Amino acid sequence: MTTEVHTEGLEEQKLAEEIAGLDALEAHLESHPTRARQIWSMTWPKLAAIVLALGVWQAVVWSGWKDDYVLPGPDRVLPVLWDLLATGDFWKAVSITMRRAMTGYLVALMIGSVIGLAVARIRLLRSAVGSLITGLQTMPSIAWFPLAILLFGLTERAIMFVVVLGAAPSIANGLIGGVDHVPPLMVRAGRMIGAKGIGLYRHVILPAALPTYVGGLKQGWAFAWRSLMAGELLVIVANRPSIGDQLQLAREFSRPQVMLALMIVILVIGIVVDTVFGRADVTIRRRWGLIDHAT
Amino acid sequence: MTVTATPVAALPATTAISLRGVSKAFGRSGDAVVALDNITLDVARGEFVCLVGASGCGKSTSLNLIAGLDRPTVGEVAVQGRTALMFQEAALFPWLTVRDNVALPLRLAGKGKAERHRRAEDLLEQVHLGGQGGRRPHELSGGMRQRAALARALAQDAEILLMDEPFGALDAMTRDLLHDELEQVWSSTGLTIVFVTHNVREAARLSDRIVLLTSLPGKVADEFPVAIARPRRIDSPEVMGLAAAVTDRLRAEVRRHGD
Repeated sequence: MTTEVHTEGLEEQKLAEEIAGLDALEAHLESHPTRARQIWSMTWPKLAAIVLALGVWQAVVWSGWKDDYVLPGPDRVLPVLWDLLATGDFWKAVSITMRRAMTGYLVALMIGSVIGLAVARIRLLRSAVGSLITGLQTMPSIAWFPLAILLFGLTERAIMFVVVLGAAPSIANGLIGGVDHVPPLMVRAGRMIGAKGIGLYRHVILPAALPTYVGGLKQGWAFAWRSLMAGELLVIVANRPSIGDQLQLAREFSRPQVMLALMIVILVIGIVVDTVFGRADVTIRRRWGLIDHAT
Repeated sequence: MTVTATPVAALPATTAISLRGVSKAFGRSGDAVVALDNITLDVARGEFVCLVGASGCGKSTSLNLIAGLDRPTVGEVAVQGRTALMFQEAALFPWLTVRDNVALPLRLAGKGKAERHRRAEDLLEQVHLGGQGGRRPHELSGGMRQRAALARALAQDAEILLMDEPFGALDAMTRDLLHDELEQVWSSTGLTIVFVTHNVREAARLSDRIVLLTSLPGKVADEFPVAIARPRRIDSPEVMGLAAAVTDRLRAEVRRHGD
C-alpha cells in the first residue's frame, strides 16, 4: 500500500519536473535594451527631424523666394520665440487656450462616450444615428462656425460648441468600434464563466474595447485642437487673449517673426499631447502582448 | 419543435448527463442542416468520456447542448450539476494577469478578494503554474495558456468539465504532458469530463469510454469501453491497439460517406 502511494508521489513529482522543464524551454528570451539606449533611440530621430526642418526653412529663406520681412528665417524667429517665453502675456494666452482645450475635450469625451455606449448597445439607436455620427466626423469643424456664431455670438460658448462637435464623433466611434471588434470567443468565454448583462460589459466587453477607444480619444484630441485653433482665429472674445488671438494680432501688425514663433508653439503643444496619447496606446498594447518584439 | 426538460430529480444520482433522442438542426426546414440525429447518450458521474469523430459529426454541437448554450430541436438534454467549457483556444483575457484570469469566475460569483487570490493560487499550483500568476497571457506558451484556462474552468466549481479539442493546437510533447496533468487533475477532483477530439489516440489514452460519432448527420456509430489500467502511456500496446480498432471503425464510416 505504501509503495503504491510512494510511486504515485514519485510520478507526480516527475510530471511536475517535466512540465517545469518544458515551460523553461519555451520561455520567451527577450533582450531588453537598457533604459538609456531606449530613450536615445526614441529621441535622436526626433532631434534629427527638427534640425532638418530648421535647415529646410533657412534654405527657403536664403533662396530669396520671399522678402526677409515677409518670411523671416529661424535666425530671426527663434530669438523672438525665446523672448516671448519670458513675457507674462504669452503665458496668459497659453493658459487660456489650454483651458479651453481641456474643457472642450473633456465635455466631448463625456458626450462622445455616453453616445458611443448607447449606440453600441441599442440596436435601434445604431441604425438611426450610427451613420450620422460618422458623417459628423468627416465634416470640417470650420464649417460649424457660422452657425455657432449665429447661435452664441462671439463668445466662449461658440468656440466650445465647435470643439465638442469636432471631437465627440471620433470618441463615440472609437467606443463603438471597440465594442464591435471584441472577438466573439472572448464574449463566449465570458458568458461561460458567469458574466451576464452589465457584468459582461464591465468585465469583458469594455476592457476588450479599450485599445480602439484610446485610438478614438487620440483622434478626438486632434480634431479638438484643430477646431480650437480655427475658433480662436475666427471668434475673438474680448479680454481673453489666446494663442489664436495673438496669432491674428501678429498678422494684423505685420510681425511675421511673432506669427511664426506662435506657430511653432502651436505645433509643439500638439506634438506633446499627441505623444502622451501615443505612450498610453503603446503601454496598453504592450501589456496585452500586441507588440511584436521580434522587430 | 418539442423540447421537454427532464426534471433533474428524475435522473439517478449516479448519472451526470443524459441525452435522449436528441436531434439538432440549423436553418430553415427546407435547407436545414441536421447536425445531430437522434443521439441517446448517458454519462455517469465521475466518468471520462471522449466523443470522437471526423468533422461535421456534431461533436461541438453536443457540447453546446450539454453546456446549455443551445437547445435541441428534438429530444431531452438533462444535466445534473454545473458545467464548465474549455475551447481549443485558451481565450484568456489579455488585460488581466494569469491570476486575475483564473480568479475572475470567483469574482463573478461574489467571492472576496483574499479568498479569490488564495483559491486562484491553489488552482495554479494544481496545473503546475504556481508562481506564474503575475504574468500576462501573451507571455505564456500555448500549453501554459491552456493550463491556465483549465485552472479558470476549475475555478467555476463545476461538477462537469466539457472540453472541445483543447489540445488540438499544441505540439505532441506538450500534449503528452498535458494528458498526464489532466489525468491527475481528474483523479484528484472526481469531475465528470466530456472530451471532444478527432485524435483517436488521445481518446484511447484519456477516456473510460469512447463514443464514436458519424458525420452529417451526427449519430452514435459505436461505443468502446476502455478498460486499460491507469496511469496510461499513449505509446503502450493496449492504447495503440484500441486506437487502431477505433480508427478502423472511423475510417469505415468515412468511407461510407464517399459512397
